[in-house]
Amino acid sequence: MKKIEAIIKPFKIDEVLQGLSEAGIICGMTVSEVRGFGRQKGFVEVYRGREYEVRFLPKLKIEIVLSDELVEKAISVITERAKTGEVGDGKIFIFNLEDAIRIRTGQRGEEAL
Amino acid sequence: MKRLILALVFMAVSGLSGFAFADNEIQPRLDTGDTAWMIVATALVMLMTIPGLALFYGGLAKRKDSLNTIAMSFVAFSIVSILWVIYGYILAFGKDISGIIGKPTKLFLSGIGINSISEAAKTIPEYIFIVYQLTFAAITVALVSGALIERMKFSAWVLFCILWMTLAYLPVAHWVWGGGFLARLGALDFAGGTVVHINAGIAALIGAIMLGKRRDTSLIPHNLTMVATGAGLLWFGWFGFNAGSALSANGLAGAAFINTNTAAASAALSWMFIEWLYSKKPTILGIASGAVAGLVAITPAAGFVNIIGAIIIGIVAGIVPYFVVAKLKPRLGYDDTLDAFGIHGIAGTLGALLTGLFADPAINEAGRGLFYGNPNQFLIQLLTVGVTIVYVSIISLFVFLIIRLLSGLRVDRNDELIGLDESQHGEKAYNLHI
Repeated sequence: MKKIEAIIKPFKIDEVLQGLSEAGIICGMTVSEVRGFGRQKGFVEVYRGREYEVRFLPKLKIEIVLSDELVEKAISVITERAKTGEVGDGKIFIFNLEDAIRIRTGQRGEEAL
Repeated sequence: MKRLILALVFMAVSGLSGFAFADNEIQPRLDTGDTAWMIVATALVMLMTIPGLALFYGGLAKRKDSLNTIAMSFVAFSIVSILWVIYGYILAFGKDISGIIGKPTKLFLSGIGINSISEAAKTIPEYIFIVYQLTFAAITVALVSGALIERMKFSAWVLFCILWMTLAYLPVAHWVWGGGFLARLGALDFAGGTVVHINAGIAALIGAIMLGKRRDTSLIPHNLTMVATGAGLLWFGWFGFNAGSALSANGLAGAAFINTNTAAASAALSWMFIEWLYSKKPTILGIASGAVAGLVAITPAAGFVNIIGAIIIGIVAGIVPYFVVAKLKPRLGYDDTLDAFGIHGIAGTLGALLTGLFADPAINEAGRGLFYGNPNQFLIQLLTVGVTIVYVSIISLFVFLIIRLLSGLRVDRNDELIGLDESQHGEKAYNLHI
């Protein structure tokens, strides 16, 4: 079992979700609004003529947990769908996952996904 | 320069000795049309403070200070409401004592009844006139808060409302509107450029300096939709402020109405374009700020100028305050948080002076400006602005010094960092999480 965390551009979320669903990869996902910086530079906002540098850019973080054999496919779908080709498209992180438990039934491991 | 001062002093003296200010001899007689309009106008001006100004300022504040900012407008309105009926009205509009202040004979409005009519508004019930003037006093005090937010103790603000309204607003309102010496001099201030905006703007500057800089001097609005809503309500309520200052439902009210809208629109556009030019993008904050600056500048002029005058005053009001807040403020380094001085002080002064140029006797025979052959009017305006600025600076300094002794002005460092909503009120503006 693996957990995938992907940081993507917010406006790409629909495409990514659609891609993952069409590929039959996921049956659940957690999304959060996050801010941060990487190689993409921040931008400047101007209020009443004064400039403010915005260093932390808004991104979405998606988290999905899936069985090992689906991981490569998920990576290729996310990579393909979240890509614009410009700096700031985001990153994907893969974690080994020890266990998962469905709270309602107490099922464990992949059965809980 | 010496000559100018001499001329001004001479004018002041000769003005004091006898020149009767448009005191027409109409007998007081209630008019239902005027009364109906003035009730509505009063309610419109009330709307400018809460929620208009409260939203405008509240949206500009940081999220953690937004409730405190809103509370300052709310409590200012409430405090002034009470003081006004106890002694405020009678000191500002009571029988004149040597041009300085009204005679405090009728505390708690004693002696005023449902049939009373004020000398200052001869066709409406005095009760309506009292509340109408109350709303002006309240917004003037509330306006000052814009320069002080994000660091001032709430208790200090409460003291400020009481002291400053009493010592600064009441005398100046009396001088200009209550038959005091500036009124007799022939100063033109249709709806309160001097009394409201210069007054508040100067107090704001003094307050910003006395309080010192915030630890984080940014102005990053936490909610611009609130700012736009507030600015819209200000614009809307300003029709009551300016057209209502005709004190009748008549053609002069109509002139003030159309001038108000025209100047607000011109200033919104001129600020937008100047910002587009200098900061690369037209912003909603700029458009809203411009509209407010235009409304401020047309306030003294609304019932005196023609439409060309209104357009020019509006254009100037969108440009000069922009440079003051965007260029001059950072250079001088005072921390006028929301530009109460930069917008109200500057645009108010511009409006008062430009009234002395553009006042057109065809609109209102009580005012003839320099462009219509009366250069004296401009000097009178200059004198009025000067007297107000000097008086209010000194009094405001005094008021802030007293408050510093009584309660201290600023919250401590931690309270400022946590935010004033939490530290002063124990509340949060947004409880979106459960």
